[in-house]
Amino acid sequence: MKPTDVRNPEYYHKVVDCQYACPAHTPVPEYIRLIAAEKYTEAYMINWESNVFPGILGRTCDRPCEPACRRVRVEEEPVAICRLKRVAADQKGEVKQLMPQAPFPQNGKKIALIGGGPASLTVARDLAPLGYEVHLFDEQIAGGGMMRSQIPSFRLPETVLNEEVDYILDLGIHTQFLTYVESLREVLSRGYDAVFVGTGAPRGKDLPKLPGRQEGAASIHIGIEWLASVAFEHTKSISKKVIVLGGGNTAMDCCRTARRLGGKEVKVVVRSPFAEMKASPWEKEDAMHEDIEIFDNHVPVSFELEDGRLIGMKFQKVRAVYDEKGKRQLLPIGEPDVFIEADEVLMAIGQQNSFPWIERDLGLEFDEWDMPVVDRKTFQSTLSNVFFGGDAAFGPENVITAVAHGHQAAVSIHLFCQGKDLQDRPDPYTNLVSQKMGIHEWSYDSQIAADHRYIVPQAKKSLTLNDRKQEVELGFDIQVAHKETQRCLNCDVQTVFTEDRCIECDACMDVCPTSCITFTANEDEPELRKNLLVPAENTSQDLLVSDTLKTGRVMVKDEDVCLHCGLCAERCPTSAWDMQRYFYSVTKAYQVPAPFPALK
Amino acid sequence: MSYLKPLFSHPKLPKNKLGYTLKEYEGSLSTLCAGCGHDSISAAIARACFELSIEPHLVAKISGIGCSSKTPTYFLGNSHGFNSVHGRMPSVATGANMANRDLVYFGVSGDGDSASIGMGQFVHVIRRNLNMVYVVMNNGCYGLTKGQDSATADQGSKNKSGSINPFQAIDLASMAIELGASFVAQSFSGDKQQLIPLLKAAIKHPGFAFLNVISPCVTFNNNPGSTKSYDYVREHIEATSARDLVPGKEEINVSYDAGKSTHVELHDGSEIQLNKLALDWDPEDRNSAVNALQKARAKEEILTGLLYVNTDWKDLHRTLNTTKTPLNQLKENTLCPGVKTLGQINEGFR
Repeated sequence: MKPTDVRNPEYYHKVVDCQYACPAHTPVPEYIRLIAAEKYTEAYMINWESNVFPGILGRTCDRPCEPACRRVRVEEEPVAICRLKRVAADQKGEVKQLMPQAPFPQNGKKIALIGGGPASLTVARDLAPLGYEVHLFDEQIAGGGMMRSQIPSFRLPETVLNEEVDYILDLGIHTQFLTYVESLREVLSRGYDAVFVGTGAPRGKDLPKLPGRQEGAASIHIGIEWLASVAFEHTKSISKKVIVLGGGNTAMDCCRTARRLGGKEVKVVVRSPFAEMKASPWEKEDAMHEDIEIFDNHVPVSFELEDGRLIGMKFQKVRAVYDEKGKRQLLPIGEPDVFIEADEVLMAIGQQNSFPWIERDLGLEFDEWDMPVVDRKTFQSTLSNVFFGGDAAFGPENVITAVAHGHQAAVSIHLFCQGKDLQDRPDPYTNLVSQKMGIHEWSYDSQIAADHRYIVPQAKKSLTLNDRKQEVELGFDIQVAHKETQRCLNCDVQTVFTEDRCIECDACMDVCPTSCITFTANEDEPELRKNLLVPAENTSQDLLVSDTLKTGRVMVKDEDVCLHCGLCAERCPTSAWDMQRYFYSVTKAYQVPAPFPALK
Repeated sequence: MSYLKPLFSHPKLPKNKLGYTLKEYEGSLSTLCAGCGHDSISAAIARACFELSIEPHLVAKISGIGCSSKTPTYFLGNSHGFNSVHGRMPSVATGANMANRDLVYFGVSGDGDSASIGMGQFVHVIRRNLNMVYVVMNNGCYGLTKGQDSATADQGSKNKSGSINPFQAIDLASMAIELGASFVAQSFSGDKQQLIPLLKAAIKHPGFAFLNVISPCVTFNNNPGSTKSYDYVREHIEATSARDLVPGKEEINVSYDAGKSTHVELHDGSEIQLNKLALDWDPEDRNSAVNALQKARAKEEILTGLLYVNTDWKDLHRTLNTTKTPLNQLKENTLCPGVKTLGQINEGFR
């Protein structure tokens, strides 16, 4: 193999599994260390710079970082990254003074944001400090988009939502709430330099052809519409017996909200097997904890009515069969249809995009699925001054993905408004600093804690089920949070190898607790992977390969299960190994300026 | 500074026949200087025991005083250990071995512990052919007392403070052959591919197995001009053979060039396979081994590998015709002859 090019900013970035897996690439180990040091404000700001909504995401994020956590590979359970983020938000001090302070000198450019959700708000935050005049349009009464209308307040208190939305709106954003945009042509005619569309996936899927759908309409609701109606307090109760159709997180929010609005027998019915439900495992657990039964492998057949009143639904029982390509088919198992009683039904079977307000003759192309054609890197549509992001760009995802889109769309809009090439994007901000404090001393906590993952306490069920606004999760207290931070392996403190210092004493190879380091003859990658002390079978993880050493061998380090304990560097007599902290901040239109709290 | 090793290991760490991973053969985190050759030797001993599937509780590590003699803490943490008096390791090893012949005995010593204060003990344990592995971690200096030249420092070698050693070196390997050690090998801490098979063969050898391992002292004797530095040893190393230990009754499918390969059979059926690099050398001929060492010294080369082996000489237990049962397993009915027999014995002396 050729020596690894560690000057490529993505090499060390990839070693930080959590950060790499995060769509917005939040520097996770950095803020976890700050929490451990009780610097909650700084930890919050690291988050805010990167993911814009630390308090919201610390409660509701889909957490793609956690399955990626290295701890999963060396132990079992990942670090509770998401809940530590919430600790930073809960314990922070005064943060507003650390944020950019409006008013900003104007640059004469004007942009429109359609939709007030996480994607648009991110664009607003990144562009307002650069002097853009930002106009935000949303049909709801306040900003936040689906975070306000669809995430129930027992998961996300309104105060937290308002606080973080206001941090952005206070940057001098011109908001026009309760304003449904009916025509893109009309918006374009108002002379904006660029338009960003962040209207989400606002249409809940229906089952229009299922028998009884029309007749029972009064008792059958679209999940997200019903959740919005609850959030805005139009709906205050539900019948005793409720069926929720669907197996995603919206279905979980529906059933748990129904329990709080008077539903006594709430059942979730889903087509797929339990294990394949789209809902996050913890959401399913929380639902079942609230006495909600989940029926899997049931396909809806009909809504059943008696005297014009909905009495339940019929389902066909199926099983999942997979072909060679792993494609799933649901085949009837031949049992008689099952009848489940219900007074009301909530349908949470998916969401779709909907762009009835975009005229199709503007030069903005739509594809065969009626989705706008959007560049995956620049988020630009075929109409050069219109950009898309969030669920509106490529279909339903999640909040953190919307934030990531927002950052990149803001970069594109900024380049576009300066007449620059959108493909030629600025580099990410990176910094690699030795953590050496003296002989065998590091400025990070290199000890590896063997603790198992700590559990987040919850409020009593008797309390939460009687008050829709009572938050269920209470968050870690400071002591437990500190213990949980110690589980982080500091993967961003990189093992940096300098070949010309190495005397090949083997000390690093001998001491490495997870047998990551091997000195061996160089080969091609597949062969080299086999020849290591423990063969490197996880090909999703890179090998760090040195240049040829004095004896003709190379140093090969398998990044897979490296604990970043620093022992290789401690036992190295010549500092050929060094532990260096790698800070990576993804390209943004506006980097929260120095003194960036942790980088002073 | 870290004092504890992390508890985690590689989830796919290979297991030996006993179901143990290498982790079960490791010891505490070393407190020796970073990069010390001794740590490499410790790791090689752990690996040799792992590969031979030796049960850790059937090993005893005995040492004297010095950097080398600290190392038993850093390998085989689940085995017996005795850190004895300076240069007196052979006595303690002899006593332990006499009491229980079922254990594998590692005597770990250094150039000071063996070639200076412990020379008398070293000489006599060889003479007795005690069944043990005697490892000298040889760095040519007194590392624990700031690096003064030791008795194995080569004449003309420069130490860190710049002074040249005026005295002749004691060549422990030649001496061991001369005194009749039944297994003598020399190696380098920085060459585990050679060291591990040598250690395995030494463990299997039924008698006194001596390994002189050059082990650079990174702190006091790794400077230019030193003949025990990583660079010097790598430049001047010469191997007698490429070797491997084939454990008993396993089929051998290795073919060597005719005239170049040889093998030595051990009593348990294991074989030491040697792919000879030095053609005029016979591992079972003392003269040829001494000659090879002298020739290498004349050429300023460091001859490594298996130098001499003799599997016919009786070890101490066979010489003394001792009981085959470890003393701790002997019961009263065996140990106490009874009044009648005692009377007869006493009668014999009258």
